[in-house]
Amino acid sequence: MPYQTTPGLYNTEHEIFRETFRRFLLEEVEPHLEEWTENHGIPKEFWKKAGAAGVLGVDIPEEYGGPGGDFLFRLVIAEELGYSPAGATVGPAFIGDGVGEILHRCGTKEQCARWLPGMVKGEYRGALAITEPDSGSDVSATRTTAVRDGDEYVINGSKTYISNSVDADFFMVGCKTDPSKGSKGISVIIVEGDTPGFRRGRRLKKMGCNASMTGEIFFENVRVPVSNLMGEEGGGMKIMMGGVNMDRIMWPIIGHAAGTRAFEETVDFVKNRKAFGQTIFDFQNTQFKLAEIKTELAVGRAFIDTVIRNYKENGKLDMQLCAMAKLWGCEMEGRVIDQCVQLHGGAGYMDEYNVSKFYTAARLHRIFAGTSEIMRLLIARTI
Amino acid sequence: MTYPISPGIYSTEHDIFRETFRRFLQTEAEPYLEEWNEKHEIPRDFYRKAGAAGVLGVDIPEEYGGPGGDFLHRLVIAEELGYSPAGASIGSSFIGDNISHILYHNANEEQRRKWLPKMVTGEVRFAFAITEPDSGSDVAGMRSTAIRDGDEFVINGAKTFIGNANTADVVIFACKTKPELGGKGVSCIIVEMDRPGVSRGRKLRKMGMSAADTGEISMENVRVPVSNLMGEEGKGMNIMLGGVNSDRIVWPLIAHGAATRAFDETVTFVKNRKAFGQTIFDFQNTQFKLAEIKTELAVGRAFLDDVIRDYQANGKLDMLKCAMCKMWVPEMEGRVIDQCVQLHGGAGYMDEYHVSRLYTGARLHRIFAGTAEIMRLIVARSI
Repeated sequence: MPYQTTPGLYNTEHEIFRETFRRFLLEEVEPHLEEWTENHGIPKEFWKKAGAAGVLGVDIPEEYGGPGGDFLFRLVIAEELGYSPAGATVGPAFIGDGVGEILHRCGTKEQCARWLPGMVKGEYRGALAITEPDSGSDVSATRTTAVRDGDEYVINGSKTYISNSVDADFFMVGCKTDPSKGSKGISVIIVEGDTPGFRRGRRLKKMGCNASMTGEIFFENVRVPVSNLMGEEGGGMKIMMGGVNMDRIMWPIIGHAAGTRAFEETVDFVKNRKAFGQTIFDFQNTQFKLAEIKTELAVGRAFIDTVIRNYKENGKLDMQLCAMAKLWGCEMEGRVIDQCVQLHGGAGYMDEYNVSKFYTAARLHRIFAGTSEIMRLLIARTI
Repeated sequence: MTYPISPGIYSTEHDIFRETFRRFLQTEAEPYLEEWNEKHEIPRDFYRKAGAAGVLGVDIPEEYGGPGGDFLHRLVIAEELGYSPAGASIGSSFIGDNISHILYHNANEEQRRKWLPKMVTGEVRFAFAITEPDSGSDVAGMRSTAIRDGDEFVINGAKTFIGNANTADVVIFACKTKPELGGKGVSCIIVEMDRPGVSRGRKLRKMGMSAADTGEISMENVRVPVSNLMGEEGKGMNIMLGGVNSDRIVWPLIAHGAATRAFDETVTFVKNRKAFGQTIFDFQNTQFKLAEIKTELAVGRAFLDDVIRDYQANGKLDMLKCAMCKMWVPEMEGRVIDQCVQLHGGAGYMDEYHVSRLYTGARLHRIFAGTAEIMRLIVARSI
């Protein structure tokens, strides 16, 4: 059963692309999930296949080698990736492709020309490096510095929990070019992975999303030309926050699709599994729990549709609606998948059942791209 | 502070009517709520005023004395009644006006001409008697009977928890004309309350909605002409279920209106009330709770809009969506208003603060017009 799309949101092009992407996941990703999970990594050639299939950089314009689609193509990816067991395994790595959109929006022509065509083909991978050991949600506390020295920046510092840190070819690094100015002194500078003084640290083991590589990176007197600055000096917060709203609709969509898949797998499971002389589905408790889940999913989708329609009407994402979607959508996903594991009984704890992986993946959704607590802070500011 | 209207659903006519109805509640209901709650009833005169103000039978066509509005006018009433403190005091009584909608759709021409014009002016009040001491949600289990005797039905039976039982002039009495057929033997018969053998029982005391009268009606060998049968014999279940779907969007709207009011009142309260050297709002816990409430309200409203748009697109209410709505929104309302009482502290327990009455008003919403459990049964049937 494919993910049910909402009528009236997408056009035929989006639906054709959806088919392509769904087939790509079925053929090129799902058969390899176990292996990649065991290896804690996705092979580099996978990204070239993704590029050849036309599922990377979907909203990058033709002049930079992309298909020139719109933001809704990324939402289609989120829906299909979330619904597939692939989402719970390679999700953060794959969604990392979204840094191309940030580069296109905020980078110089030279930077775009240098990296985007390769990203679309899957030859180059980029990573956005914000979080540090001592600063997570509080980005203004960033300690990594970039000090100007002639035509170069000299970068020192360390970053952690960075998606794709292990295999990225370049990093968009949040660092302070003017530490005296707090968050207004933050800039984003591109650092290539082979620059002297740049070092990759441990590959971090996680409770879920195992195939997605996450790790640490270190900068020790790393020298890059000033032309590697993205946007304006001191404009780093704006660049990072620009991508954040996008994440805050993508992840609730992934969460909703994962919740939907977990629900459907659970319905199949309980209708087949017998106990005490009847199927698990025959117990009224099961039916009532499933009725609650189905309702929560319907309610959640109505809200996501509201956010998307609002985007289509205004041409930009509404910050408050995105914060609400991220908060509510991902917490709903957590409640739903927790119940799905429960209805599976012991099987739900085994990785051979998808709900087990959905459960640990879902736990991440309430934390990254802005924790639930940060979302509450943002919403509270509007009250 | 007014209830925020969803854009794109209502026409200018609805908005004008909304103003009229809001003003009507403010001038003719809100000043008297305390008095009516004390007396456990609403004076007869109020409904005549309502008729004169044009807020009764809003979707009844002009040929039957109505203003010829549409079903959305009833939804406007639900939103405004819910948002007003009047909803928590007189709500279930006022919404009894929806019986005119049921009568219009099911009664014959003669019955329509006889009753509708007087319902619209507020001269005649109707009750709809379904629930019995031994049958609530399980309507097919009712025991009241109407046995044909020549040109008359002879009705026997007792009903309880009937809205407007003590003040109604006429009751639509659900009873079995063919008891041997179970649910298929149920019919709806119009019975004037002054017929011999009709008696009103106790006025029931409730935890909330005190002004709305609720009571018992019993019939002992009550004779009515067979022409008082509403709709076809044996089709009573269809008539009741037809009205039920509209209740299942009306009550969630009232619930959403009430929860929104509770939220607005709470924001005002916590921003003014001081404790430990700051306002209650300054505590992060307060801000986070309010952020959650604001989000739940936004999510719930998106779902209500979805159900209404679906109605507009298809010309009828979707049973599954209405059941989801009736289950989820009043449960959300319960969570929200419970927190609003908490944030008010001791004040929240006092009837002089609206949240106190909104709280007891809300408790009913999960029970009547189909309990949350019946909604789960209906939703589960679709799985």
